[in-house]
Amino acid sequence: MQAHQLTRQISLLLQLTAVFVLLLSFSGHAYAERTILNVSYDPTRELYKEYNGLFKKHWQELKKEEIDIQQSHGGGGKQARAVLDGLEADVVTLAVAFDIDQLYSKARLIPENWQSLLPNNSSPYTSTIVFVVRKGNPKQIKDWADLTKDGVSVVTPNPKTSGGARWNYLAAWAYALKHNNNSEDAAKAFIGKLYKNAAVLDTGARGSTTSFVERGIADVLITWENEAYLVLNEFGADKYEVVTPSFSILTEPPVTVVEKVAKKNGNLDIAQEYLKYLYSPQAQEVIAKNHYRPAGKDAIAKYAKQFPDLELVTIAQLGGWNEVQKKHFADDGIFDQVYEAK
Amino acid sequence: MIAIPQEISTAKTSVTASALRDPDWLKYGLIAVALSFIFLFLCLPLGLVIFQAFSKGLVAFWEALSQPDTLAAIKLTLLTALITVPLNTVFGIAAAWAITRFEFKGKSFLTTLIDLPFSVSPVISGVIFVLLFGLQGVFGSWLSGHDIKIIFAVPGIILATLFVTFPFVARQLIPLMQEMGHEEEEAALSLGASGWQMFFQITLPNIKWALLYGVLLCNARAMGEFGAVSVVSGHIRGLTNTLPLQVEVSYNDYDVVGAFASASILASLAIVTLVLKTLLEWKQGIR
Repeated sequence: MQAHQLTRQISLLLQLTAVFVLLLSFSGHAYAERTILNVSYDPTRELYKEYNGLFKKHWQELKKEEIDIQQSHGGGGKQARAVLDGLEADVVTLAVAFDIDQLYSKARLIPENWQSLLPNNSSPYTSTIVFVVRKGNPKQIKDWADLTKDGVSVVTPNPKTSGGARWNYLAAWAYALKHNNNSEDAAKAFIGKLYKNAAVLDTGARGSTTSFVERGIADVLITWENEAYLVLNEFGADKYEVVTPSFSILTEPPVTVVEKVAKKNGNLDIAQEYLKYLYSPQAQEVIAKNHYRPAGKDAIAKYAKQFPDLELVTIAQLGGWNEVQKKHFADDGIFDQVYEAK
Repeated sequence: MIAIPQEISTAKTSVTASALRDPDWLKYGLIAVALSFIFLFLCLPLGLVIFQAFSKGLVAFWEALSQPDTLAAIKLTLLTALITVPLNTVFGIAAAWAITRFEFKGKSFLTTLIDLPFSVSPVISGVIFVLLFGLQGVFGSWLSGHDIKIIFAVPGIILATLFVTFPFVARQLIPLMQEMGHEEEEAALSLGASGWQMFFQITLPNIKWALLYGVLLCNARAMGEFGAVSVVSGHIRGLTNTLPLQVEVSYNDYDVVGAFASASILASLAIVTLVLKTLLEWKQGIR
């Protein structure tokens, strides 16, 4: 009978499904090795891909243990939110200290003094904010003031979701203050004009790069120095140019062990060594190769040519992240005021 | 049917026919518009996906697909579909049965509720699960206390997919079962068939094509869902990225071949779905 046949087919299908699911769940447990998860921001994909290989070798030599390192990348603010919501990161390597602070203030996942646990305010590498323009620099963009001109179209991510975007914004803000006798009203007007020229606000730095390069949107991309050089490497120095402005911000992307999670997962020893080793000469070499400004003196000297000298303001000079965040990026902060006025 | 006298009926047909005959330019114009639309928005992008996937040759395509992260994404996508589709099939039959065979208060409300995942943006369905099962969510501390991972792990992805795909089967079955009525089933029962016998020998054969059609659509969506899954995934490479998420990851890694290779798998799934769908419609038509 047809009905019997159908019944038989269905039960066969269900059995096959069960077998397949079982097989899949077994294959997932085939690896007994310890695994740590590094939750990072957007442009560090290439850096950590290379560093993870280096660190696995280092750990193998140190402890004779095979480990695996998993990566998750996205806009820094979004990533911090995910860790707060339960993404089990053993270490976080984010774009701004404020996002990591949330892990203490909202959920006590890390100690309050986390930023003093590692050298250089827990930033094993720094960078700055520069511009990428199309070859020949058709709009003659040289400095921040050029970005506010009529007819110039800019790509930068959304400061609400992206750490890099906040650095971009603050560099522009500091520049405007400097050139307007520290008048905040003038700086607000400057920022307002700049974001009026923004063609699109992506959620992360990588999304902005894609908008600029792959979709061909806008005249200038405001981004991390490391991301800018990556664009040249990936898409050709014959199509794009990096423009270093006269003045920018020292970006300090910090790292920390998410103690509560790492302890629970039994990974505290790996997680701590993972971050400590970032300061080693070998890792600093990888860092410089990926166009991040190294923290170690030897690497700085060796790669000095690669990183142009420019005047850099620090986040501390702007009042520190807590104050900056409240003033500029909180709801109804200066960013909301100028962006909504658009 | 009411019998219509011969002469009136023919007169009526000829009048309507002439009144309704459209000019040829309109006919061909509309066909041209439809065809160019399909070409521009369907064939061209699909062709480009496949072209990009193979832009660096067959070897590069194969290497992109056999990367551990991509393989893991394919596996996770299959696992998700294999769990959600059977569950939603059972649920869909049960829901359609309840709605078409029983009278109860709030029946129309239930029908509306089944449609809810269609009208809610997938992102919101993802956020709902984060609010429920996230560390800061309603059950967050209890779950973490018992070391149960839902969000940013496979269970969360399956739950989110289950949610967005649950109307498909029920939506296909309800109108059909309403139209069918109960007579055959009642006859079977009155002749002494048990409940299961009635279901397998009367109901199932009657609804099987519509059921398969619903399962097919449900499967396509389960494998292709992006929004809801993206919210609950955590984007851990090689662990919680489904194929649609892997497309985005590869694309943002500047791995164009990888992105389009993954995309081409999804696209070929769409084509297979389309062919099966046409076959099923044809089967349903000749039944």
